[in-house]
Amino acid sequence: MNTTTITDIAQAEQGTSLWRDAWLRLRRNRLAVFGLAVLLLFVIIAILTPWIAPYGYAQQQLAIGATPPSAAHWLGTDIYGRDLLTQIMYGGRISLAVGFIATAVALLIGITWGAVAGYVGGKVDAVMMRLVDILYALPFMIFIVLLMVVFGRNMLLLFLAIGAVEWLTMARIMRSQVQSLRQQEFVEAAISLGLSPTTIIFRHLVPNALGPIIVYTTLTIPSVMLLEAFLSFLGLGVQPPQTSWGLLISYGAETMEEYPWLLLYPGLALILTLFSLNFLGDGLRDALDVRSAKD
Amino acid sequence: MRWTCAAQRTDTVLKVENLSVSFVTRMGTTQAVDDISFTVETGKITAIIGESGSGKSVACYSLLGLIPQPPGRIDGGRALFHGQDLLQLKPAELRKIRGRDIAMIFQDPMTCLNPYMTVGKQLMEPLLYHKNVSVAQARTRALELLEEVGIRDPASTIDNYPHQFSGGMRQRVMIAMALINEPELLIADEPTTALDVTIQAQILKLLAELQTKRDIGVLFISHDLAVVADIADQIVVMQQGRIVETGNRDDIFRNAKHPYTQKLLHAIPRGGKPVELPASEPLVTVRNLCTWFHSGKTPVKAVDDVSFDILRGEVLGLVGESGSGKSTIGRSLLRLVKVTSGKVHFDGIDVTALQGRELKNLRRRMQFIFQDPFASLNPRRTVYDTLAEPLLLHGLETRATVGAHVLKLMDDVGLARAFVRKYPHEFSGGQRQRIAIGRALATRPEFVVADEPVSALDVTIQAQILELMRELGREYGLTMLFISHDLSVVRQLADRIIVLNRGSVVEQARTEDLFERPQQAYTQQLLQSIPGRGLFGEL
Repeated sequence: MNTTTITDIAQAEQGTSLWRDAWLRLRRNRLAVFGLAVLLLFVIIAILTPWIAPYGYAQQQLAIGATPPSAAHWLGTDIYGRDLLTQIMYGGRISLAVGFIATAVALLIGITWGAVAGYVGGKVDAVMMRLVDILYALPFMIFIVLLMVVFGRNMLLLFLAIGAVEWLTMARIMRSQVQSLRQQEFVEAAISLGLSPTTIIFRHLVPNALGPIIVYTTLTIPSVMLLEAFLSFLGLGVQPPQTSWGLLISYGAETMEEYPWLLLYPGLALILTLFSLNFLGDGLRDALDVRSAKD
Repeated sequence: MRWTCAAQRTDTVLKVENLSVSFVTRMGTTQAVDDISFTVETGKITAIIGESGSGKSVACYSLLGLIPQPPGRIDGGRALFHGQDLLQLKPAELRKIRGRDIAMIFQDPMTCLNPYMTVGKQLMEPLLYHKNVSVAQARTRALELLEEVGIRDPASTIDNYPHQFSGGMRQRVMIAMALINEPELLIADEPTTALDVTIQAQILKLLAELQTKRDIGVLFISHDLAVVADIADQIVVMQQGRIVETGNRDDIFRNAKHPYTQKLLHAIPRGGKPVELPASEPLVTVRNLCTWFHSGKTPVKAVDDVSFDILRGEVLGLVGESGSGKSTIGRSLLRLVKVTSGKVHFDGIDVTALQGRELKNLRRRMQFIFQDPFASLNPRRTVYDTLAEPLLLHGLETRATVGAHVLKLMDDVGLARAFVRKYPHEFSGGQRQRIAIGRALATRPEFVVADEPVSALDVTIQAQILELMRELGREYGLTMLFISHDLSVVRQLADRIIVLNRGSVVEQARTEDLFERPQQAYTQQLLQSIPGRGLFGEL
């Protein structure tokens, strides 16, 4: 009797359970683990690029021009004789940073904004959401160009501009989620226990809205990466000799017929990243849904 | 072919023999209905009684091909409807019978009517679909039926939309819809469960009348023996997919053989708790409480000028139908809704004026138990997290010491300690309500508001939870406001009862006095609506 009590307590003391349980479940999902591994690998490569890249990113060999993959250039070179592998590695730094950081910014602002608006309701909600509507209504391009004119062109601004657009949708999703969740009695129960609104929002409401958040995140990261490519293409984002996956792909697409590898390899890098993200996202969504637990 | 001709009529309208239904899922095969046989006779009501999961609904739905296949699978048996085996019919043939010869009434009249179609159009639909009549004829027929099921002034209401009808009126419309093609068999699946007691009594009366008048067979599915006590001719008791007992009404109620039937009968709330009212000072005083909700131009006066006291150590029952404001009063006392005017004092403290820290401290002393244990627990938190939260919040325990206290709470509410790491969805309704009670009692409050804590539960579980609340109330020295629509449930627990109607107090009396000498007409009407009352009066 005594021993069971002790193990009960030991078991009971293992802290907040949702994330631990989710991790245990995620580990059993092979696709999700694969996705996580690939993403981690890409991030590590991106961090280490300056030390491990075979060539310098601005290093040209105009004499050789565009060559297909070879022993010296594993993935070939572009028309200026720049090593494609090096470019993909450096481009990954930009693309992943934009993808993850801008999305993280968007999530942070969006979730907080939407949850507060949905939870507090009334006039506060009306004012907060009208602001979202106004930002929505601003033409994105004008907004960016305006920012560029005022602050000049730099990378930080790129994150800010993209983040400033992407959080709007998140805020709307979060608001509607919170509005329906807050009608439920467990929220009332939390109020009657004396919890503060902040605790209720972040401990009781946000975890219950994780499903849509994760789905939206896995959709946002790729769209942010493509947005960066679009902006760079217009000359508003990254400029040569710096590069990104989006830029590499758009240049590759121009020369697709003569030099297909210039499109193929950057494309593969992006596709692999997106697949991994989706696998991980699906896995996370299932893992965080305690009701789908099969044990 | 139709069998309306009297000469061809047999006494047995439906004969089910050895019906077995199972559900095949990845998790394995579940035998939902296991070799059951029963009959429905013309002009008689057969009631199938069972708790949730007993297979009563599956059995009836499978007759009409209304269970999804797969995962459902009919393993065997016959269902003879006038000699024709329903289970062998093709979907198209079954569709012809459904709604014409066999009609159904569902549990929730709120969701069973299409909100975008007028009631008249919905009524005429089965008629136009199954019979060759003109729109004008169908409309005349619809009007006649609305009249027959007791809708006042059908000519002007027939073109209204469902939301313009009350719950009881909608259930009448559903009944009219079921009867419009003059079926010979009516399957009613918990037709009164979603309704108020007085409305329930009216609908049951209506069903019994119509069934006698039209001489049709009725298959009445219910979880509540008391509901069918007054109307059923034949009662079939199901448990875990099997029929444990069949008999006519008197057999079942007077000498039930099977222990499960006896358990069900025993679980029907009746009788009161012994009077042990201590003379004590009021813990909660409510004066001229008004809680109005503002939607549109005129405020909805949910609670309108209500005053009462709750004495320390007593259980005060608050009884009323939906819309009477009983839940709003409970929520107002705990500051879960904003009070419009009036005063609520708890132990001398003015609850309506508190803010911030003082309000939080007060919340430790007064707690709420919610109606729906499926909604009142955060689905993403384990029992441990749920029970530990109030203790940590109010600084009663630290992270290091809270474990032992949580396990003590588990013991108190009768849950095995091993369940502490599980999530709410892994528990049954009764177990969840135990968790919710544990959470409410964690901070050792002096005062608890229990809002219909057992109305979402099966009858046998209901009895267990009421027993638990009675025990814990004594152990924790609780003062309780017990809110319910069900007088017989309140009677078991309450020392005094307040009857509410439309936001105002109708009558206030000691429990025994209220049941024996109700003063107001509305209270008398409520008492008469308690299902099975006639029967238990005799017993």
